[in-house]
Amino acid sequence: MLPLAITASTVVSALGRGKAENWQALREARSGLQPVDRQDCFPTWWGEVAGLDDLALTGAWQAHECRNHRLARLALKLDGFVEQVRAAVEAYGGARVGLFVGTSTSGIAETERAYAASAPDLATLPEGFDLDKTHNIGALADFVRRWLGLSGPAVSLSTACSSSAKVFASAARAIGAGLCDAAVVGGVDSLCLTTLYGFHSLNLVSPEPCRPWDRDRQGINIGEAAGFMLLEREGGRAGSRVEARLLGYGESADAHHMSTPHPQGLGARSAMQQALARAGIAAQEIGYINLHGTATPSNDAAEDAAVAGVFGRTVACSSTKGWTGHTLGAAGIVEAVFTTLVLQHQWVPGTLNLQTPDPALQVAVRREGGAQAIRHAMSNSFGFGGSNCSLVFGL
Amino acid sequence: MAGWAAARPVLRGEVPLEAAPVALPPPAALPANERRRTTEIIRLALAVAEEALSDQTGDFASVFATSEGDLYIVDRICRALLMPERPVSPTLFHNSVHNAPAGYLSIARHNPAPYSSLSAVDGSVAAGLLEAVTQVVTEGTDVLLVAYDGPPPEPLYGKRPIAGVFGAALLLTPDGEGATGARLGIAPATGETEPTPCSSPALERMRTGNPAARILPLLSALAAEAAQTIILPGLGGSRLRVEVQP
Repeated sequence: MLPLAITASTVVSALGRGKAENWQALREARSGLQPVDRQDCFPTWWGEVAGLDDLALTGAWQAHECRNHRLARLALKLDGFVEQVRAAVEAYGGARVGLFVGTSTSGIAETERAYAASAPDLATLPEGFDLDKTHNIGALADFVRRWLGLSGPAVSLSTACSSSAKVFASAARAIGAGLCDAAVVGGVDSLCLTTLYGFHSLNLVSPEPCRPWDRDRQGINIGEAAGFMLLEREGGRAGSRVEARLLGYGESADAHHMSTPHPQGLGARSAMQQALARAGIAAQEIGYINLHGTATPSNDAAEDAAVAGVFGRTVACSSTKGWTGHTLGAAGIVEAVFTTLVLQHQWVPGTLNLQTPDPALQVAVRREGGAQAIRHAMSNSFGFGGSNCSLVFGL
Repeated sequence: MAGWAAARPVLRGEVPLEAAPVALPPPAALPANERRRTTEIIRLALAVAEEALSDQTGDFASVFATSEGDLYIVDRICRALLMPERPVSPTLFHNSVHNAPAGYLSIARHNPAPYSSLSAVDGSVAAGLLEAVTQVVTEGTDVLLVAYDGPPPEPLYGKRPIAGVFGAALLLTPDGEGATGARLGIAPATGETEPTPCSSPALERMRTGNPAARILPLLSALAAEAAQTIILPGLGGSRLRVEVQP
C-alpha cells in the first residue's frame, strides 16, 4: 500500500496525559497500575486515568457527558492534536477528513449508573440519561466528529480489543479509494463494571499487576485510555510534520472460538504476514514488535506461536500492558502511539513485571528497555470473536 | 418479510406489508454448544447473513452494521451488576461484544477472512455500506454487509423505542466480467439532501422505526430492478448517495 504520513498523535493512559508523560513512564519503567480501592471488588489492579472526575462535559456537551467522552476530549486537547486537525480541515475541507474510531464498550458506564439509579424496580431510567449519545458504540464517533468539526465519513468500529487497530485499515482504504484526503483515527475505552466483572467471570483478571510472558502470569489488568492520530497522504499538505508512517495493515479472523484465541495463533500469524506484505518488507526488517501481550495464559501462548512462526525466536519484542493495563478497545491506538515513539526515539521498552519467562514460550521478549536502531516496527492487537489486526509503522 | 422471496413483492408494492412475528431459526451451521449460546439478535444477524450467502462457496470479508448491538445482553449484565457479588455470566459477557454475530459467522463458515463490526447510530447502514464497498474496491474481495437491529427490553426500550426486529444482508462482489446482480455506485453526498423515503406509509414507518431498516429504499430499488438514486442518512447530518443499476 501507499504509505500514509502520521502528522499528529496524542495519548492519555494511566501513565499520564500526552506523549511526553507516557514516554517518560516507559523509559523509567514506572507502571500506571494501582490496586483497585473499591471496597466490594475482588482483589485486582487496574490502570485508571487520574483526574477524570473533575472533567465533566457541561453546557452544550451535557447530553454527551460520560467517562468515555471525558477521556476522548482530554486526549484531543493534548499534543497540539486539534491544531493539526484544524490545519488539515483548512487544507482539504471538513468533508474530506474521515473519522474512524474504535471502542469496545463506549459509554456503557452511563447505562450501569442509570440502572443503579433506577433500582430496585427499574421501571424507568433517569430523565437525563441519553443512551445513543453516551453508551451507543457510535456515540464516540458522533462526539469526536462534533468536537473536531468534521463532516466527512465517520464511524465507530467495535471488534473488542482490536477495535482501534482496525481503524487504521479502514482509514487507509478510505484514503486509498479517494473518499477522503486525511483521516483521524483513534480509540477510547473507559473503566466500567461490565468489563471488570465480565473478564473476571471468565477467570481472566489477574489479582496482581499483570505479567506478560511470565511463567506465573494470571491474566489481565483492566485499563482505560484514549488516543488519536492524524493520517494523510504524504506531501498532501504544506506545513505538516511527519512523525512516522503507517506502512501496512493486516486483518484476519480466527474462526475458532468467541473468547479463546486459536491455540497455534493461525489468525494472528495471517494478520502479521498480511501487514508485512502490504508494507512490502520482509519479516527480518521488523526491528521491534509491540505485542498484544495481555498476560492471559492463552493469549500469550497463541501470540508466541504466531510470532515465532513469522519472525523466529529472537526478534525484539515486548508487551507494554504492565504499564497501562489492557485498555481493550483503546489498546490498538495506545500501542500504535507507543510504537511510533519507539521509532522516533530509537529505544525499545522492556516488559514490566516479567520475572521468570515462561519456558513453554519460544520468543525471547525483552525484559529490560534499551537503545536500538530500528527502521520498521509492528504492533499487534487481537480481540474476542477472533478479530486480529497487525500494523506496520516506519520512519 | 421473512426472507428475500417474501420481501420482494412487498418492496415492489405488489403485496401490502402485514406485520407478523418472524421466526428466527437457530443457526444450523454452528456447533451445538455455540448454537445454544446465541441470542435472538445474534440469530437475526446470522439468519439474514446465511440467506445472502446461500450461493457463496469461497471466503468473504464481512461488515456488520448495527446501531445498538444486543441490548438484551446489556440489560441482563446491568441487572447482574446490581446483585451481590455482581454475578455476570461468562457466556453473556463474551456475547456482549459488538462483533459477536460477526465472530459466530466466521466460526460457522470456517472463514478466516477479516470482518468489521460498526455503529454510526442512525447512520449505521450508510457507514456499513461505505465500509463494505470500500473493501470491495480496494481489496478486490467479496464482502458481506449485514445490517440488523431490534427493540431493546424495558427499561432501555423507554430510551430507544425500536419498532420490531429488522435485518438485511447484501453480498457485494467486485465489478467486472462475469459479474451478476445489480450494480452499485456510492459517494458521500454533500448539501442538504434529504434521505430517500419509502414509497408506502407502512414501509416508511418501518424505515424510521428501526436504524437497520434505513436500508429499505435501497432494497426497494433492488427489488424493482430499476435504475434509481438513493440517499441514505449517515452519522449526524451526513449523507451517502447510492446509484443503483439493475
